[in-house]
Amino acid sequence: MPEVVCILWGRAGLDRAAQGVLGAGRRLADSTGEKLRATIVGNADDALVSGAQAVADRVVVATGPALEEYNPESSLAALTALCKAASPTAVLLGNDTYGQEIAARLAHRLGGSAAGDAVAVHAEGGKLRVTRGVYGGKATAVIELEKTPAVVWVRARAIEPADASGRGAGEVERVTPDVPATGVKVLERQEESKGGARLEDAQVIVSGGRGLGGPEPFTELQKLADVMNAQMAASRAACDAGWVPPSWQVGQTGKKVAPQLYLGIAISGASQHIMGIADSKVICAINRDADAPIFKHCTFGLVEDYQKVIGPLTERLRNAK
Amino acid sequence: MKIAVCLKQILDPEVPARDFKVDAAKREAEQGGANLVTNIFCENALETALQIRDAAGSGEIVAISVGPAGAEDVLRKALALRADQAVLVVNDADTNPDPAFVAGTLAAAVKKIGGVDVIMVGREAGDWGAGQTGGLVAEELGIPCISFAEGFEPGATPGTVKVKRQTDAGFEVIEAPTPLVVTITNHDKNVPRIPKTRDVMQSYRKPLEKWTLSDLSVEGATSHAYSQVAELFIPKKETKCEFIEGDTVEAKVDALAKRIGDILRAM
Repeated sequence: MPEVVCILWGRAGLDRAAQGVLGAGRRLADSTGEKLRATIVGNADDALVSGAQAVADRVVVATGPALEEYNPESSLAALTALCKAASPTAVLLGNDTYGQEIAARLAHRLGGSAAGDAVAVHAEGGKLRVTRGVYGGKATAVIELEKTPAVVWVRARAIEPADASGRGAGEVERVTPDVPATGVKVLERQEESKGGARLEDAQVIVSGGRGLGGPEPFTELQKLADVMNAQMAASRAACDAGWVPPSWQVGQTGKKVAPQLYLGIAISGASQHIMGIADSKVICAINRDADAPIFKHCTFGLVEDYQKVIGPLTERLRNAK
Repeated sequence: MKIAVCLKQILDPEVPARDFKVDAAKREAEQGGANLVTNIFCENALETALQIRDAAGSGEIVAISVGPAGAEDVLRKALALRADQAVLVVNDADTNPDPAFVAGTLAAAVKKIGGVDVIMVGREAGDWGAGQTGGLVAEELGIPCISFAEGFEPGATPGTVKVKRQTDAGFEVIEAPTPLVVTITNHDKNVPRIPKTRDVMQSYRKPLEKWTLSDLSVEGATSHAYSQVAELFIPKKETKCEFIEGDTVEAKVDALAKRIGDILRAM
């Protein structure tokens, strides 16, 4: 029985990304008349299992000592075995570090083809087609995957969750796959984001770019962010300059964010940066250059030197609270 | 340590959107007046390799590219940055082969070179951005792959390396046996250096090996057996920015604060 398989990480829980992966999987399975299987790697809480059950026809929870923490080799080996057991036509993952790392290798082991960063997937003529941004967001391509299964990592947070109403709960199977030993060992795992708040899930983001000229102005931006209850982010230029940690980077090769409000300060808005923020509801920019490309993506914006704006703006928003 | 660094020549990703055009029939970008450059993440990889060789005081760096004859430019630049050896696998037939074809060709080249401990690739390319080359090369060679790395150093035991890599939440340090593939991401320590003028001149006198696909027993006709581009277009954008006006900076800030405050209160 051909199936669509969604791969979810137990540790991540039923976050917006998991919902997006399940949504993409459900709609794809419905369009081809296939069943949907959710394969969860590592221990899952009840919310994730029941959330997956509400959308998928079958939920497989794979646990074991080697699967509680991600390891590129053991997680890949386990997923290969889990997918082979399902004979999938398509395997969907999120665009987190691990999903991106593992997808092409998983496709190779399954004899399939991979593509990533999909904003949409659809079946056409028995093959899967993936819509994605290319050329740093300046163009959109539809990539046809020639081999089966199609292994695709999707821009999970930008994809609509499934409408789960009226579905029966899928059955749950718990398995402990054999995981071969590997010489690859994770020695240290550091998570920088404070309080577990993830930039990808932030509702309000204050972001700074090259135009800030150094690390110091980020202190001012942080005060503004605090008043706005916002998380901080940065462009690639600011991260590469070492002004802020790499985990702040938003863009093609950084985080893909989707806040209600993205406030970009002294960011010119190269297409590669826009790729990371295009799913924001409202983009606002403060930049002294009226021709900065970021304004082409803004709902509203202010052409002004940020140094004259940030302090007073922080004051006004604090007083308005 | 012998390091192979894979380099891709791409259309300059800094081309502004207004000058960027696609040939929808060919499903490729038009070069127009733009330059061809080395993919930045490949440059980050080469820079990382150079730093590792500098730190060790020994080691060998082999730069490899798969592409048309003109891709020789990226390898000359690598030689100018003092890569020890350069190999171009000439593929003139197809300007945009699929990721599996490129990875299979690179893997075959690595085998022919022999004795490579670490294969370094950029995390993705600034043109098609598939982000698959590293993983697929690893699978072709049956070795591990660690992605989004900032760099690596020798591990505690011989025959291993310790890789630091970025994750969504922060970073991880991973120990892995060689040979392995490491994909490199950008960070503040691997901004590419500029070659010295003298080294640029000398790079043209250094040997640069050219191999054909058949030298590696790679079948050129398979360059789209994995995936192909069905459509390519420039998306239409309809956003119109409302610029905040005001006679003074204070008035503009007031208006901006009101707009932002309205959004925050509505959440």
